[in-house]
Amino acid sequence: MRLEPREETPVWLSASAPLAAIVLALTLCSALIVWAGAPVIDAYLSLASGALGSRFALSETLTRATPLIFTGLAAAVAFRAKLWNIGGEGQLYAGAMAVTWLGTGALTMPPVLMIPFLFLIGAIAGGLLLLVPTALKIYLKVDEVVTTLLLNFVVLLFVNFMLFGPWKDPLAMGWPQAAPVIDEGVLPLLVEKTRLHAGFILALLAALLAWALMRFTRWGYEIRAVGLNPQAAEFAGVPMTATVVRTALISGGLAGAAGVCEVAGLKGYLTLDLSPGFGYTGIAVAMLAGLHPLGVIAAAIFIAGIYNGADSMSRAMDISNYLADVITATALLAVLASALFTRYRLRAG
Amino acid sequence: MTTPVLRLDGITKRFGPLVANDDISLDLGSGEVLALLGENGAGKTTLMNILFGHYVADAGRIEVFGQPLPHGSPAASIAAGIGMVHQHFTLADNLTVLDNVMLGTESLWAPRQRRAEARDRLTALERDFGLAVDPNATIGSLAVGQRQRVEILKALYRDAKILILDEPTAVLTPQETDSLFDTLRRMVARGLSVIFISHKLNEVMAIADRIAVLRQGAVVASFDKDATSREQLASAMVGRTLAEPKRTPLSAGGPVLEIKAAGLSRRHGGQRLDNVDLTVREQEIIGIAGVSGNGQSALADLISGLVMPETGSLRMLGEPVRRAGPAAMVERGVGRVPEDRHSTGVVGDMTVRENLILEDYRRRPFSRFGLLGFSAIATWTDRLIDSFDIRCSSAAVPVRSLSGGNMQKLILARVLAREPKLILANQPTRGLDVGAIAYVHEKLFEARARGAGIVLISEDLEELLALSDRIAVIYQGRLSEPQPVENVTLTDLGLSMSGHGAFDRGADQSHAA
Repeated sequence: MRLEPREETPVWLSASAPLAAIVLALTLCSALIVWAGAPVIDAYLSLASGALGSRFALSETLTRATPLIFTGLAAAVAFRAKLWNIGGEGQLYAGAMAVTWLGTGALTMPPVLMIPFLFLIGAIAGGLLLLVPTALKIYLKVDEVVTTLLLNFVVLLFVNFMLFGPWKDPLAMGWPQAAPVIDEGVLPLLVEKTRLHAGFILALLAALLAWALMRFTRWGYEIRAVGLNPQAAEFAGVPMTATVVRTALISGGLAGAAGVCEVAGLKGYLTLDLSPGFGYTGIAVAMLAGLHPLGVIAAAIFIAGIYNGADSMSRAMDISNYLADVITATALLAVLASALFTRYRLRAG
Repeated sequence: MTTPVLRLDGITKRFGPLVANDDISLDLGSGEVLALLGENGAGKTTLMNILFGHYVADAGRIEVFGQPLPHGSPAASIAAGIGMVHQHFTLADNLTVLDNVMLGTESLWAPRQRRAEARDRLTALERDFGLAVDPNATIGSLAVGQRQRVEILKALYRDAKILILDEPTAVLTPQETDSLFDTLRRMVARGLSVIFISHKLNEVMAIADRIAVLRQGAVVASFDKDATSREQLASAMVGRTLAEPKRTPLSAGGPVLEIKAAGLSRRHGGQRLDNVDLTVREQEIIGIAGVSGNGQSALADLISGLVMPETGSLRMLGEPVRRAGPAAMVERGVGRVPEDRHSTGVVGDMTVRENLILEDYRRRPFSRFGLLGFSAIATWTDRLIDSFDIRCSSAAVPVRSLSGGNMQKLILARVLAREPKLILANQPTRGLDVGAIAYVHEKLFEARARGAGIVLISEDLEELLALSDRIAVIYQGRLSEPQPVENVTLTDLGLSMSGHGAFDRGADQSHAA
C-alpha cells in the first residue's frame, strides 16, 4: 500500500473526512470503555443522551459550545493567515477583564447599548492583546507560537492578582471573584429555566460573518493569499503588515468576545475558573472544522456535546469523564490523518 | 548496441483521465547516454519517477541488469544501482556536503559514523569525476551548480550504475553545463549509464548517444545522435514545425526607467548592487546577462518595488520613486514577471481566477467597498484565459495543477493586461518547453512594439542575443554599460560573466576580448 498525491480533491471527500475521523475516534476510544469495564454501546448511548438527549442536555451543550464557537473562529481566522494564535485563552480573559472593568458599574447604559458596548470593548481588549505578539512577529520575527502561548499565563496571573486584590468583590464571602455585571449588561436567556443565553445567537452570527469575510471580501482574499503564499502575496503588492495586523485584531477580538459571553451571559462575574481551557479547545475546534468558519459551529457543538455527555456518562457508568479529553484528542489526530487522505490516495501495489 | 543495463517494457501510468505514460518501452546500454527529449508534460518526469519508485506504474515491467525491479520502492531502486538527480534538489540545507552524502547510507544502529572513511571515498569520487566541492561546506552556502554536484556525488556514493538527471541544466550557466557534460563523459567512460532528461535540443545533441522523443506520454521517435538533426528532433518533439518569433528593428523612444548610481548592501541576506546605472527606453529590450547570484535578484527586486536603493535614485517615466512598494510600482506602470513562478509568481493553492487578479483585486470593479466583485472578476479573467490561451479545466482549479507553461501564461496575462510601460522579465522562459518559450518571446515582442521598455534577465544567452536590443552584463553587483546586440558575441558574454570581460570598455574592444 502506498500514498499518491491527488490531482484534485473531490468535495464529498473533504466534507466526509471529519465525519470518518470522528467515527474512527469513537471506535478507538471504545477500547478504553471496555478497559474501564463498561458496556460500550450503553456507554456511548449515555454519552449521547447526556449531550443531546433532553431539552436540558441540549441547552447545556449549546451553552458550552458558545465560547468554543468564538475561540474556534479566532483560531480558524488566524490560522488561515498562518498567524499561529495559541493565545485564545489569554484573549478570552482579556475580554472578560474589559467587561469587569467597565461593565460592573463604571458605566451605565440601556441594554441595547450596553450589551454591544461590552462586546466591543471585550473584542478590542482581545485584539489588542494579540497585537503585541503580532508586532513582535512582524518587526522582530519573534515566533508567535511561543509569545501567544506564554502570554496566556501572564494574563491568567494578572487576573489572579486583580481578583485577590483591587477587584475582589467584598460581597463574595471571601471568594476570589469580581463584582457582578450590572443588570443592563447581562445577556438575556434564550430558553427559560436553562442557562442558554443570547451569546449563542451572537456566536452563530459571528461564524456567518467570518465565513462571509473569508469568502466575499477583499480582506478575506488578502488573508488567504498571505497565508497560502506570503512571498507571492508580497510580490503582487498585497499589504502584508496591514493584513496580518487586521487578522490579529479579528482573531483576538473573536476570542475576547468568548470572554464577554462567559462573564455577561453565563457566570455574571469574573472568576479564575471562568474558562476550562476554551482558548485551547478552540484550536481543536478549528482544526476539526478544517478552518472553515461554518464548520466551526458543528465542531464546537460536537466537542461541547462530548464534554457534557462524558460528564453524564461518568455518573451513569462509572467511567472517568477524562474520556472526553481522550475522545477530543483522538478525533483531532484522526482528522489530521484524514486530511492526508484528502490530498493523497491510497493505492495497492 | 551493448547489452541493456536497464529495460523498460510497456510502462503505462494514468492520473485520472490523463495518460501520463502510454506503453513506453526503452533500453539503456552500458556506457551509454540516453536522452529523453520532450516538452513539459510529455511524461518524462513521470516515467523517471516510476523508475525510481516514487510512483507505481499501472502496467509494464522494469528490468535492471536482467533482474525485475520491484514496483514502488525507492530503496529497491537505489539497491539496484539507480541514482536520481531531481530537478528540485533533495538536500538538507543546514547540513554539510559530507553529511548529505552519508545521509541514509549508514545503519541507524551503528554506534558511530564512519566519517573518515566516508570523507576519503567522497574525495576520491570528487577527483575521479571532476566534481570539486568542499565536503565541510554547508549546503546552504553553496551555489546552485555546486548543489547539483552534491546530488550527483550522493548517487555515486551509493554506487549508482545508472544515473538519471532530470532537467539538470535548467539551473546551470553555460560554463557549468560544460563541466557537467565533462563529468558525464567521465562517468560513461567508466561504464556507467546515464539517462538525461531535457527539452533543450542543443544539449541533447551535445551529450547524448541516443535520443528518445516523448510526446503526450508516448515514445514517438528514437534516433541515434549521429543520424539526426536539431530540426528533426524539434519537429518530432512538438509534432509540428515551429517558427521562433524574430526581432524586428524598432527605434527606441524616450526613457521609461532611469536607475542612477543605485547601490544596495548585502543586508537581509540579499544580493549586493554597486553603483548601477541603467536607462531603459520605450520600444527596447535590454538583456541582462550574468551568472546566477551576481546581483540579478537585487536588480529585479529594485525594479519590482520590493526594495529601494540605499544610494542613488530611481525614476519611472521621469518621476522619482521614493518609497518601496510593489503595488505602487504596478500603479506606475511596471509589469513584473518574477524569477520563480511557483514561489513568487502565483499562490498555488488559490484558483486560476484568484491568481489572475492578484495585482488588480484592489481596483474597481474587482472590489467595491471591500467586497469582491465576482461577476466583474469572472468576465475579466475569462477574457484573459481566452486571449492568453491558458489551458485549465476550469477557472476554479488551483493554479498548482497547471503546467509550468500555463502558469507562465497566467502571469503574463496578469502583467500584460495592464499594458505596462516597463516590463521586468526575470528568467521568463526557464523550464518552459519550446512552444511556450516561443509564446513568451512573441508576447514580449508585442509589448515592445506597443511601446513598452523591457528588462530581460536571463541565463539563456541565446535567448538574450535573440531578443535584446542592447545587452549588459552583471558581475558581482556591477552592471556594465549596455551594448547594442549587433556588437556582442557569445564569447564576449561568457568572458564578461566570469569577470574577465572587456565588456565595460566599450563595443569597439569587445570583439578583441
